[in-house]
Amino acid sequence: MRRFIADIGPAAALAMESCVHCGRCAEACQFYVQTNDPRYTPIHKIAPLKQAYERELGPFAFVYRLFGLAPQVTAKELESWQALIYDSCNMCGRCSLICPMAIDIADLVERARHGLFEAGLVPADYLGALAEKEQATGSPYGLTQAQFRDMLHDIGLKHGVVMHVDEAKADIIPTVSSIDLKMFPASMAAIARILNHMGVSWTFRTDGFDADNAALTAGDRAGQRKITLGIIRAALACGARTVVMPECGHAFTEMRWEAANSFGQALPFRVVQITELLAEGLSDGRIRVNPGVGERATYHDACQLSRRGGASAAPRLILRALGVDLREMGDAGDANWCCGGGGGVALVKRAQPLRDLAFQIKRRQVEATGAGTVYTSCSGCRQTLEHGGKTANWTSTVASLLERVADTLAHNQKD
Amino acid sequence: MTLLEFARGPALQASALIMIAGMAWRMAGILLLRRRPQYAASRHSLARRMGGGASLILSRFIPRRTFWPRIAVGVMLSAVFHLGLALVFFGGAPHILLVHQATGLIWPNLPKGLIVMASGLTLAAMIALIVRRRLHPVLRLLSTADDYVSWLLVFLPVLTGILLSGEAIGDYGSLLTLHILSVEALMIWLPFGKLMHSVLVFAGRWTMGVTFARKGAAT
Repeated sequence: MRRFIADIGPAAALAMESCVHCGRCAEACQFYVQTNDPRYTPIHKIAPLKQAYERELGPFAFVYRLFGLAPQVTAKELESWQALIYDSCNMCGRCSLICPMAIDIADLVERARHGLFEAGLVPADYLGALAEKEQATGSPYGLTQAQFRDMLHDIGLKHGVVMHVDEAKADIIPTVSSIDLKMFPASMAAIARILNHMGVSWTFRTDGFDADNAALTAGDRAGQRKITLGIIRAALACGARTVVMPECGHAFTEMRWEAANSFGQALPFRVVQITELLAEGLSDGRIRVNPGVGERATYHDACQLSRRGGASAAPRLILRALGVDLREMGDAGDANWCCGGGGGVALVKRAQPLRDLAFQIKRRQVEATGAGTVYTSCSGCRQTLEHGGKTANWTSTVASLLERVADTLAHNQKD
Repeated sequence: MTLLEFARGPALQASALIMIAGMAWRMAGILLLRRRPQYAASRHSLARRMGGGASLILSRFIPRRTFWPRIAVGVMLSAVFHLGLALVFFGGAPHILLVHQATGLIWPNLPKGLIVMASGLTLAAMIALIVRRRLHPVLRLLSTADDYVSWLLVFLPVLTGILLSGEAIGDYGSLLTLHILSVEALMIWLPFGKLMHSVLVFAGRWTMGVTFARKGAAT
């Protein structure tokens, strides 16, 4: 059980010690708001972690043990908590905005998942299966380097775009999300088209391509580190100065904020999310687009990019450059509501009814804007929004901001 | 030695000692845990990160507008309780005198009528908070013995304080003894339960403010 709390430092301990049981976090959580079920109160979801902390690590752990105030967390207890920790937390961190004690509950849920993963309690269908395959092969779908190379070649041919693959030297390496590989391959053509348009030296690296990191949401620390180090090695091998993260919130969180810690030192290259690169390019003139007129659209913020990643401004700058008539949803930006599928919840099959219920908030928000298009910069969100929109018979389309920019590029001889 | 003398003398010293030592132990137990170095490039300078910490300490006193419709009742009750308690503690003449005797610090006291009103509002808010804790499904689920013990140990000094200010009710000496002893019980409990949030709130907000400012994330 000590491994459960192995990586708890002062910040997490402060969070664990601080809760005043005010219950406000429930009111920020879509699962509670939509069900009124108190079990979905965010801080309640990490109860076993707190119990283990109090017993093993807290300042008064000896008192807790001596008087049996915090019994040992058993495998059976953890099992009963599995659905709360995996199915009903998007790790969206909205609760961290409302907590008067400033407890980062999403961070604690991630730690709790470490414990459950090590106890073999990650939901097998199919988050656990993906994480297992990712640990073994480097890709949640078991894609080999050769298969990825072939796939890129085919995408290049189909979309008429020059693909740079496994070049020995490059300034920029884009990574991909496994969701893009399976469902949105056009996004790889889009990034290639944009990088070609920018006239930069770039290459996909088949030795470190899949940034999705299902291991992160599964709670598999070893797998998480393996994927991350694979990308770092690939970037180092070609002397990259910039690693571009795909349209995927958790991939960005991992690579931007955790990768250097796994590496044990500051990264010798910068990590940017694709919207940040696009915003930079549009600002400094390396990307030129033909703006449209009057397209009424809204933008769905991926929680890991906006609220937790500090990248709320970039997509809005892009939308302005595209001439989009942006109709913001209520709580847009930092206080946005999750699509319902974040934190690996979309990858837990049995969570679908709950996820669909949570999605109703987003549905109402999108519909209130009257927008014809819902742009997003996270393929996980895109997938959840598409599924939800289909169920709700939306007339509006869900689209990738990256692909929209690629489709709007001004003519350039370098393309 | 009378009970009042005991309460004013050795009991006060002992409870102060337990409170300070307990708080120091708890803070050390938290802050001395192994820290993971953070190697990821920060979006902001050290000064802005510190600013993020300081700003979150203040900003989190007032919830974001979007949350108000769902949390207004709890926030208002909590605000009345905390502000009332602060007014009584820092504005009551006997309390200022006590601090003056102990530290030499002194400041003007608030009018007695205002203090009595603040005490009454504090007491009413506390009763409403405990009733709400028992009735609200989320609060009931989260509540532990600590919540009730802590509530009681704050409630007793406020109640005896109000009775003391009435002067006509009961024996003044006995009430004063009871008031002081109840405060001492609170002091002894403070480091071990949720009342420690009076200190942790600043450390927690600072930590999140600095961490999130580093990412340029929302605070």
